[in-house]
Amino acid sequence: MDIPLEHYIVLSAVLFTIGGVGFLSRRNVLFSLLSIEVLLNAVNLSLVAFNRMRPQNHTGHIFTFFIIAAEAAEVAVGLAIVLALYRLKRTVRIDEADLLRN
Amino acid sequence: MTITPSSVFIYICGILAIGGAVGAVSARNPIRGAMGLLVLILSIAVLFLSLHAEFLAFIQLIVYAGAIIVLFLFVMMLLGPSANPPSDNRAIISRIIGASVFFAAGGGALFVMVRATRKAIVVPPASSDFGGVNSFGQALFQDAVVPFELSSALLMVAVIGAIAVAKGKQPERPVAVISSTPSIKDASQPAE
Repeated sequence: MDIPLEHYIVLSAVLFTIGGVGFLSRRNVLFSLLSIEVLLNAVNLSLVAFNRMRPQNHTGHIFTFFIIAAEAAEVAVGLAIVLALYRLKRTVRIDEADLLRN
Repeated sequence: MTITPSSVFIYICGILAIGGAVGAVSARNPIRGAMGLLVLILSIAVLFLSLHAEFLAFIQLIVYAGAIIVLFLFVMMLLGPSANPPSDNRAIISRIIGASVFFAAGGGALFVMVRATRKAIVVPPASSDFGGVNSFGQALFQDAVVPFELSSALLMVAVIGAIAVAKGKQPERPVAVISSTPSIKDASQPAE
């Protein structure tokens, strides 16, 4: 182990910031989903890195495992919603989905 | 710390991860965005390997690179050219404000983190089995067997829900209502 652990944490924070900025600034719903993937990957990296500090248990690994499972479910439902939105509005812009406005 | 070839490789993977993330959120074409995400996922898998998380590295490769990216590419190809609508400047102020506030918060958190970790964190040596299939499976099925079963139920519900949402309604009446909405917009746009 020749890499300091805090470098992983800093990398995770940088990735999380990139993903959050992308999520807030893009209007294409496909890019919103891609940004969520970036966010969750950053969280997974930090969980695994913190678990490296306590090698007696596997709590961070188990959390990461469940995050990956939940993310697979999220992507399946999210992309189905994208297809339904496209069928309804003929676009993938996120601000065209304003049926609940007014 | 000493510079060894493996640590250089791991730092290169970290830089590739940042580059992939920037590409994933800032690409014009969604296919390129998915490729950036693929680069990010592969680099994160290498970082998992360097953190003694072999099982999670393989899960990462199989689930993300093998399933999620392919699902993204399927949907992008189903959408075709309309997956990349032309951009305009609507709501650009709120988008810029939101992004810069998040960027400032992330930068502040990074600053605090770097200042707080002046002294290096001591990493205890891990046993050779740490993160492998054996010990991870034992930990998973001893401590978290109920969430594991619940996650299988979650995946089942997600699959059924995805099929139900993506299939949509088939009868003609909603289709007529739906198809009238974009045509009004299309007719009104050239007049503006």
